[in-house]
Amino acid sequence: MSITRDEVAHLARLSRLALSDEELDHLAPQLDQIISAVAQVQEVAADGIPPTSHATGLTNVFRDDEPAPCLPPADALSGAPAVESQRFKVPRILAEEP
Amino acid sequence: MKTAAELAAAVASGEVSAAEVTAAHLERIAAVDGQVRAFLHVAEDAAAQAEAIDGKRAAGEPLGPLAGVPVAVKDLFATVGMPTTCGSKILQGWLPPYESTVTRRLRDAGAVLIGKTNMDEFAMGSSTENSRFGPSRNPWDLGKVPGGSSGGSAAAVAAYEAPLALGTDTGGSIRQPAAVCGIVGTKPTYGGSSRYGVVAFASSLDTPGPFGRTVLDAALLHEAMSGHDPLDSTSIDAPVPPVVEAARHGDVAGLRIGVVTEFSGDGYQPGVMARFTEAVELLESLGAKVTEISCPHFKYALPAYYLIAPSEASSNLARFDGMRYGLRAGSGSAEEVMAQTRAAGFGAEVKRRIILGTYALSSGYYDAYYGKAQQVRTLIIQDFDAAFGQVDVLVSPVTPTTAFRLGERVDDPMAMYLADLCTIPADLAGNAAISVPCGLADEDGLPAGLQVMAPPLADDRLYRVAAAVEAAFTRRWGHPLLAEAKGLKGLSSQ
Repeated sequence: MSITRDEVAHLARLSRLALSDEELDHLAPQLDQIISAVAQVQEVAADGIPPTSHATGLTNVFRDDEPAPCLPPADALSGAPAVESQRFKVPRILAEEP
Repeated sequence: MKTAAELAAAVASGEVSAAEVTAAHLERIAAVDGQVRAFLHVAEDAAAQAEAIDGKRAAGEPLGPLAGVPVAVKDLFATVGMPTTCGSKILQGWLPPYESTVTRRLRDAGAVLIGKTNMDEFAMGSSTENSRFGPSRNPWDLGKVPGGSSGGSAAAVAAYEAPLALGTDTGGSIRQPAAVCGIVGTKPTYGGSSRYGVVAFASSLDTPGPFGRTVLDAALLHEAMSGHDPLDSTSIDAPVPPVVEAARHGDVAGLRIGVVTEFSGDGYQPGVMARFTEAVELLESLGAKVTEISCPHFKYALPAYYLIAPSEASSNLARFDGMRYGLRAGSGSAEEVMAQTRAAGFGAEVKRRIILGTYALSSGYYDAYYGKAQQVRTLIIQDFDAAFGQVDVLVSPVTPTTAFRLGERVDDPMAMYLADLCTIPADLAGNAAISVPCGLADEDGLPAGLQVMAPPLADDRLYRVAAAVEAAFTRRWGHPLLAEAKGLKGLSSQ
């Protein structure tokens, strides 16, 4: 199994990472090496073995639905790069033209 | 220099004030941290925290078990009043609006949170070289790495900048730095210590845990930080195992100990294996029943981990989008700003793992990679179950080599990943495991660690074994291992 530079560029776009050409040149062969190594898992795991997503075995952990103080707006906004009218201010989300 | 246990007793009795203890450690940090670089931030209010403890004592109020004891905190625990950066430019200068459960518990126990320690960015690495703020140094030899990802915490404790420190272990990030810095470090049972307010790397693996220079000190921190937390839905609702009691009564007579056969051979430094073998012989001489145990699937733990952890990370780190907190970089649409922020804010290893995780989770590859890794995880748990049917604890080296040179593995990810070879199985299974010093490798005079692994919620067994090993080795050597750290003596004379 191997991964190409084009596939790495595609995955970077999916991951919202604006990688430079130099970074892609550097990362692609490293990822190829890593993926070849981790593919070893395919040698051992036969069908019928249940997957483990976490080790505690806990399922559906609920808490009582009791009102409690929550983070005040000023605290929630305290680390924001930009704020306006007690809201997070973000760059435009929709394109101006379709 | 006193242990944390001695300091807590001295503060409680009034022999010394918390203010004096904190001042001494701040002086030590000022004297040596320019070389060790363990800290990213020293608490401006450390003296005020200590004075508050002294005030409580003067008023006759009850003191917590760690009253007046400084604790260094890995820089991924959210701390009100101190920045929390995760070693990343994307969180540089971020001041959390809430406190992690673990640090809140330590404040309640009377600890003085003395500062935030350096780490591999988002806890991804084994050397602190992936920190975006420069690497920490190993106090035994400033040309060597202190291990990682909790390398700053391990270096701070080894360099006597703090008696105790907090780390997190996802694939070995407490035990490996403890081993290469010659101190004690524990990965508690997964779910035994709360992840609330701990910046997430791989949520099914991340486990906060303690560092100390002695087994008892690590146990004191372990007990103070642990316990059920309704704010963490993976927290286990069970009593904290009696780790302090166990650390006070090291005894392995009659204990059944299994040596993991898979963790030896090619790639293991002869000096590390020699010290490990010596530790096993020591355990036998102390009355333990030692057998070899094969865990045939452990060799697949490393590849499974490097699929599961990056997969979870690629999802967890999606929250760093430049919109609500942290860095915002670039211009254009929100999507363009996100991509530019993440490109500028994350370092190379974080980018590698995000892409690897995105690949392993993508449609068409999911079953072949992430799905198979989850099946391997089941097989590793089954190996542990079979082993713990025959023995009480398992032992192995902590990491195949002693501390490596700064720069040696920095651009060779697979070589870096091998540092976690022996520690990963306990993370995948959610077990408890400890690293305790077992001597110096002949080749380089650097410390090696003995790993002890126990079933979930049997954390006390780790301390029972580690305390016995520590006591017997200290008798044999005539002093604690850290007394042999030549690099440390150089630091003291500066």
